[in-house]
Amino acid sequence: MAGRPAPAARATKDLFLTTFTPDAAATLGGPDWFRARRLAAAERFSAGSLPDATEEIWRYSRISELDLDAYRPALGAPDEAAPPGSLTEVTGERAALVVVHNGRPTRIEVDPALAAKGLVVADAGDLPDGDDMLGLTPVADAFTELNTAFLPGATVVRIPRGMVVEQPIVIVHHLDGDGIASFARTVVVAGENSDATVIEHQSSSDVVAFSDPVVELDVGDAARLRYLNVQDLGPRVFQVGYQSSRVGRDATLQSSVVALGGDYARVRTDSRIDGKGGTSYLTAVYFADGSRMHDFRTIQDHIAPKTTSDLLFKGAVSDTARSVYSGLIRIGKEARGTNAFQTNRNLVLSEGAGAESVPNLEIETNDVICSHASAVGPIDDEQRYYLESRGIPPEVAERLIVLGFFGEVLDRLPASDAVTGLRAALVRRLAERASGAGPA
Amino acid sequence: MSELVVTGLRAGVEGKEILRGVDLTVSSGQVHAVMGPNGSGKSTLAHVIMGGPGYEVYGGSVTLDGVELLEMPTWQRAQAGLFLAMQYPTEVPGVSLDDAMAAALAPQGRAPAEVAGLVAAEAVRVGVSPALLARPLNVDLSGGEKKRNETLQLAVLAPKIAVLDEIDSGLDVDALKAVSQRVELITNEVGLGVLVITHYSRLLRELRPDVVSVLRKGRIVASGGPELAEELESTGYAGYDEGSPAA
Repeated sequence: MAGRPAPAARATKDLFLTTFTPDAAATLGGPDWFRARRLAAAERFSAGSLPDATEEIWRYSRISELDLDAYRPALGAPDEAAPPGSLTEVTGERAALVVVHNGRPTRIEVDPALAAKGLVVADAGDLPDGDDMLGLTPVADAFTELNTAFLPGATVVRIPRGMVVEQPIVIVHHLDGDGIASFARTVVVAGENSDATVIEHQSSSDVVAFSDPVVELDVGDAARLRYLNVQDLGPRVFQVGYQSSRVGRDATLQSSVVALGGDYARVRTDSRIDGKGGTSYLTAVYFADGSRMHDFRTIQDHIAPKTTSDLLFKGAVSDTARSVYSGLIRIGKEARGTNAFQTNRNLVLSEGAGAESVPNLEIETNDVICSHASAVGPIDDEQRYYLESRGIPPEVAERLIVLGFFGEVLDRLPASDAVTGLRAALVRRLAERASGAGPA
Repeated sequence: MSELVVTGLRAGVEGKEILRGVDLTVSSGQVHAVMGPNGSGKSTLAHVIMGGPGYEVYGGSVTLDGVELLEMPTWQRAQAGLFLAMQYPTEVPGVSLDDAMAAALAPQGRAPAEVAGLVAAEAVRVGVSPALLARPLNVDLSGGEKKRNETLQLAVLAPKIAVLDEIDSGLDVDALKAVSQRVELITNEVGLGVLVITHYSRLLRELRPDVVSVLRKGRIVASGGPELAEELESTGYAGYDEGSPAA
């Protein structure tokens, strides 16, 4: 493509570009391979179109409300990125810390003893094989291309073969530019027979922003990876996220999402189990209040024989909030002896709120054990009555029941300071809506 | 001295009248047994007094120490000193007994640690395994464990008046003894008033009533002393057909 600006265009003061064009993508700096990768993605993005709600996987979504031109890509200069003080509170004990500011990794700390043994936590732009790391993620849709096209950097975590990382690797994201579009990428490669926990925390100031985060989890043979993503974005952030994973032979992935914030917050989770005996546990807790909407799409993709997946997504909506869960279990021709389970349960806490739950199965082989269950409904009257008959005020009874409902998932999250704070955060959020509780 | 007074209570479900004018009184330290066959309205009476969902009140009153309960939401009735031990205690996934008791006593300014101490001590008295205290309420409990659990909560919450809705149904001998002895002790020690609703007189040999009333087709048709329970045991409810309401 003609008209590519000179590399010197790396922004200093002028942090914002005006459009999502290949020309704009080409102004981001970095090594040649990175710029070539961005440009190619930008050209593919420009040649295509945004999805719309007529596609099944976008049905019920708010994609039609997205006006990309209303946002500007954030370049976030590295030196402006002192992390907000509150971010360090959620980190606790850790093997590594990455601060990602408006999509760009700006601070990386790794336990020196682990680094000496080969643990890599770095910006892809600084790695000799950074191009390969970015290439691991399959393209789900136009937003994956857009992410690649405007990545200011990318966080790569590589756990070497056989390494057991006791403390979590913590990645803290923060958005604070009004009107920005943020493109973050996290790539975790868990080497053969390694063991690690990665926790990502997303927050924002109360800004109008678009967020298009992409996560790739590559779990090598016999590796154990626990991954938790806590989304606590401000109420005016529109998120279209993608979390992709590949699970190798006899490997185990435990991947969890806790979603509390955003205006519209979508996460598509694809888990490909392509090694015999691989297991993928997918869990989520989401609580949407106000007028926000949480939107989850999942694909449990069984490629190899004797693979297992178990999905448990539990959500609650209140006020006029909405949620969508749509999930597919796909069992390929080779995936004999597979076990696949999918459960989605939703509590509707206010009359004006609503939840959709759409499970799907696609099975191309015999000899599988497969089940799905979904439910949408209000808090059980009898449960509420039982607690109230003990003298518990209705708003407290409701809070106990909702926390109890979520407990099944929260109890499965990797232990960490971040998780300890989650129950408190949920209690706070439920308390805030207490005035909206129904009559006893 | 507390008094629960039910006067002319008419109530039902979906417009169908089940209680057709019930009058009874329970005072502190007293055990008042309401007996009746299936379908007589026993459980309806228990839930209408507590304000259960789905029940409609068509007339009458229920007062505790002169305060009308029918106008209060359930939780306020409980805070006013009423307790209902349920026939089928509801499973509440993810909510532990400790958390529920702490939340129930918080409005009275009691600290969670103090409440946990009460719960633990009471668990020993009624034979509830400590392991059950942190488990979700009533989830995967046996019938006997559930009733012991209700009794434990009764003791911890220390109400003025307790309604026991068929707390004896399906209980083994040991659990029946443990439950009724504990209730009897609280009645004697702190003057709990008990409205015990039952189908069988078996419970009443353990938990000795001062007054026995017979509920049939939504009305109290006979009232008397403990001997009435024994009489029912031998003759059954057949003698109490419509048209002969007793004083």
